[in-house]
Amino acid sequence: MLELKNVSFEVPEEGMEKEIIKNISFVIPEGKFTVITGPNGGGKSTLAKLIAGIQKPTSGQILLNGQDITGLDITERARRGISYAFQQPVRFKGVTVLDLIRLAKGENISISGACEYLSQVGLCAKDYISREVNASLSGGELKRIEIATVLARGTKLSVFDEPEAGIDLWSFQNLIQVFENMHREVHGSILIISHQERILNIADEILVITDGEVTSHGPKDEILPKLLGSSSAVNICDGRK
Amino acid sequence: MDTIQKMLLEQVADLHAIPEGAYNIRTNGESTARNSTEHIEIVSKSEVSGIDIKIKPGTKNESVHIPVVLSQSGMEEMVYNDFYIGDDCDVTIIAGCGIHNEGDSDSRHDGIHRFFIGRNAHVKYIEKHYGSGDGRGGRIMNPQTEVELGEGSLAEMEMVQIKGVDSTVRTTKASLSEGAKLVVTERLMTHGEQKAESQFDVNLDGEDSSANIISRAVARDRSVQIFKSVINGNAKCSGHTECDAIIMDNANISAIPEITANNPDAALIHEAAIGKIAGEQIIKLMTLGLTEKEAEEEIVNGFLK
Repeated sequence: MLELKNVSFEVPEEGMEKEIIKNISFVIPEGKFTVITGPNGGGKSTLAKLIAGIQKPTSGQILLNGQDITGLDITERARRGISYAFQQPVRFKGVTVLDLIRLAKGENISISGACEYLSQVGLCAKDYISREVNASLSGGELKRIEIATVLARGTKLSVFDEPEAGIDLWSFQNLIQVFENMHREVHGSILIISHQERILNIADEILVITDGEVTSHGPKDEILPKLLGSSSAVNICDGRK
Repeated sequence: MDTIQKMLLEQVADLHAIPEGAYNIRTNGESTARNSTEHIEIVSKSEVSGIDIKIKPGTKNESVHIPVVLSQSGMEEMVYNDFYIGDDCDVTIIAGCGIHNEGDSDSRHDGIHRFFIGRNAHVKYIEKHYGSGDGRGGRIMNPQTEVELGEGSLAEMEMVQIKGVDSTVRTTKASLSEGAKLVVTERLMTHGEQKAESQFDVNLDGEDSSANIISRAVARDRSVQIFKSVINGNAKCSGHTECDAIIMDNANISAIPEITANNPDAALIHEAAIGKIAGEQIIKLMTLGLTEKEAEEEIVNGFLK
């Protein structure tokens, strides 16, 4: 279970402190699939970074299974069971897909073991396992490898920052299946930042963030119809920027 | 051979025992083990220190190991090795030099390797340099490589210096005939106060000849690196040189690529990039549970792999 208590995050801008996240509190229950959505620039990605420890809140507390992790760095949070998939995956010269999956898994798993994670994200494993995670891979391929590293970790909480960005339509159904399988098998909490209606549709809970604040939070059946019925929903749900 | 010499041999040539095929093992200035085969003959030079390696035309899938180890502090040597590789050969040559210095005097190995590669021959050359020992004396290596590539031949050269060499000036010169191809991959890491200079001079003389010179380097601490790569396109040819370096701590790196086309059909490209490890790379590996230092090591190891 992840809990945010009165979390705020400010950045300096033109000599002033600009508040990106404004006194946010919410709970992500154990084993639930939660989707965070809302207009662009509302603070969703910042929130994901605060949870992973990439950014530190200006004030407030973050608790994982009741323990205060606010002061812990990225490594410590990862070791306590938080995974984070980047919106724009990082490239590495010389580091292969197999290396990255082994690092994610934290052990020297077999090639066939590593291939399974790639197959789960719809990549033909033998074509990719020894490739370098560099600019020779397309955005969509990198994105799927990024998701595979999170699958390999199999932690209690997995945070995905817009996993659908950069993935073609053809792969999208496969991606939804990946998340459904994760939900079934990992028995952890999944937190996805997304604009896609089809991802919102498989959520247990939806949390809407607008202008740094939680504007609604509840079960999907309650929140989604409201989103789809509102004029802003068009922008939210079809991913239009 | 003592344990230090065995360790050096393992580092520079991956050798745990006497290798198969032809070999010459040079220890503290002396040839201590040698084997010629039916197709590969190794003979000592008479006027200077060094050996001639003569590989008969048509020799396929054979290898030559010629490692050098220096474990005596203060030892300095100049070695001339010439490789005569016949037409249509397909061979692997594993060289390498390891210096262990526990004394206060400099130990130094200067080697001149000359390759005469016959028509349509394929040579794979692997050279590793390594230094160890806690002495204040330097571990110095200055390898010179000269390569003449015959028509349609291919030379793949892998040059690695990862640890412990205090000072190195490496020069590689090559001239290529029609249809010849040269691929050089250099990997270099310097640390402490080390200095390393690498200079390539490649002449693409023959029609449809090509060269690809790739250097990946990491400079740590207060070490200094200079990479110079000169490619001259003298015919219809293609050449590419690339230097990609990671700079860390208070190190200093210069990359100086130079390409000259002396023929309108010469297609030449140079690329050079120096930068520190991208912060987001470290963050990504930290989100997988690695510490910042572990992440840095993984990134450097991958880069130099």
